[in-house]
Amino acid sequence: MGIQEVPAAKMKKRRTLLWSEARDGYLFILPWVFGFIIFTAGPMLASLYISFTRWEIVTPSVWVGGAQYVKLFNDDRFWLSLYNTSYYVFVGVPLHLFFALLAALAVNMNLRGIHLFRTAYYVPSLTPVVANSILWVWIFHPEWGLANAFLQWIGLEGLYWLQDPRLAKPALIVMSFWSIGGQMVILLAGLKGIPMELYEAAAIDGANWWSRFWRVTLPLLTPALFFNLIIAIIGAFQVFTQAYIMTEGGPNYSTLFYLLYLFRAAFENFRMGYASAMAWVLFIIVLTFTALQFMLSDRWVFYEGDVRR
Amino acid sequence: MLSANSRTAKELIFAGFWYVVLSLFALVLALPLVWLLSTSLKTGGQTFLMPPKWIPDPFVWSNYPEAFRAVAFHEYFWNTIRIVIFATIGAMLTASLAAFAFARLRFPFRETLFILVLSTIMLPSIVTLIPTFIVFRTLGWIDTFLPLIVPLWFGGGAFNIFLFRQFFMTIPLELDEAARIDGASNLRIYWGVILPLSKPVLATIAVFAFIHNWNDFFEPLIYLQSPENWTMAIGLRGFRGLYHTEWNLMMAASTAMIAPLLVLFFFAQRYFVSGIQMSGLAGR
Repeated sequence: MGIQEVPAAKMKKRRTLLWSEARDGYLFILPWVFGFIIFTAGPMLASLYISFTRWEIVTPSVWVGGAQYVKLFNDDRFWLSLYNTSYYVFVGVPLHLFFALLAALAVNMNLRGIHLFRTAYYVPSLTPVVANSILWVWIFHPEWGLANAFLQWIGLEGLYWLQDPRLAKPALIVMSFWSIGGQMVILLAGLKGIPMELYEAAAIDGANWWSRFWRVTLPLLTPALFFNLIIAIIGAFQVFTQAYIMTEGGPNYSTLFYLLYLFRAAFENFRMGYASAMAWVLFIIVLTFTALQFMLSDRWVFYEGDVRR
Repeated sequence: MLSANSRTAKELIFAGFWYVVLSLFALVLALPLVWLLSTSLKTGGQTFLMPPKWIPDPFVWSNYPEAFRAVAFHEYFWNTIRIVIFATIGAMLTASLAAFAFARLRFPFRETLFILVLSTIMLPSIVTLIPTFIVFRTLGWIDTFLPLIVPLWFGGGAFNIFLFRQFFMTIPLELDEAARIDGASNLRIYWGVILPLSKPVLATIAVFAFIHNWNDFFEPLIYLQSPENWTMAIGLRGFRGLYHTEWNLMMAASTAMIAPLLVLFFFAQRYFVSGIQMSGLAGR
């Protein structure tokens, strides 16, 4: 159809249609809008306000300005919990992602019965974190556990995995490798999305396995890697259940993670102002890292359709 | 050039090598589950052997009924199921409504609002926790299921909106236009045209809601206090507090918590995979 004059009546009809469409659009997202205000934006502002007060729930809240933040930055335990959490994030997440990538590459091979291996690698990530934690306390048991049985079988001394302050965090990271399955499936979907033509073209150009991996697979997988990295880092900053159940923050506070310390401040000591200040500091940290990753992503994340300069 | 014969031989060796590597890796990942199951069927004395015995002798099946007698797992099970049902209905309704608007209706600031939805996925939930807790406490909802259900009736979770929208975008817009010409309202199109075509994504979200509620520990820990309101996750933690040296019973209880998820997985495998794969699309 070419350019035609639209009769006035038709024009009016279209405008009302659009208006009713917009009205319905807003009506349909209304539950979410309310939810956003009541359960996200409102509480965020409220927790910012609470972080400037002293409030033990039973006593009335008192405005103290930045005193909670000053106290926080002078609190050795706070810095320790931040260190423990950073250790878990920056040692655990890259290793976890690396193993998930290896697993995804392995189960992407064109072999008969490969789906059985996919299932086998995925299933452990289904175990609920509470059951998982209890199982791994038993696996890490210094006298009767599976981990030390294995070490002794290959002729090494058993370790005090969860009782040694130097080993407790690495032990929790080792345990997290058991559930690489979730990330593996996302990366596998990314691998499946790479067009075969690209591999064929690379093969015609005489590219070997290694250069196909570096020039085709990895660049086209970067969006999936980026997404996994962001979500995993945000999640790892909020690690809680393992430490709460397995080590209770010990030994010697070596697994006192940020969220565990915050939980104790809020729900065991009822220091709502202090805990809110902690929550906002974590929020700023996570926000900074996420923003930083988005900024750096230009350098290494390759989106199809991007023009390479 | 290689002859046809030596080429197949080479491929066979190649495949054989990878089968060995893949199987070794599968074995390492399977060992903790085998260990769990084996311990759950041992006598108390047999759990304390080094090197451990893999096959229980005798098989103590009664560990399971004993674990269930020790704490009220059947109550925790039904509590969890009730939370799942009511939370999931709310999430499905309100998330699909919002996703329908974002995918198929045009209104000012639609893209901006959708970016706001997506950005809440990345928000660490801890920053809203304390005021939300205080609101529920003021309402007298502590130690009820309401804090675990009601928020899902308000948008159903940003991630579910994303999943629904992703799916709705694949349905041809002509269907809406045809219905509109027949005089159908937007609500009618949503309920009568789009939702009946969306069974796969509804199933995916139901499966994920089940897993989420089954596994969730932090929120029930904060909101549910008396044991008769506990969910499976909290109940299992309570079990550990009571029987912390009886590893066979503890492993039986843990198996009881893991088994329903494995059963669900084997019946609804494709919904698991599609849900996870769609979540990966958020990276694009």
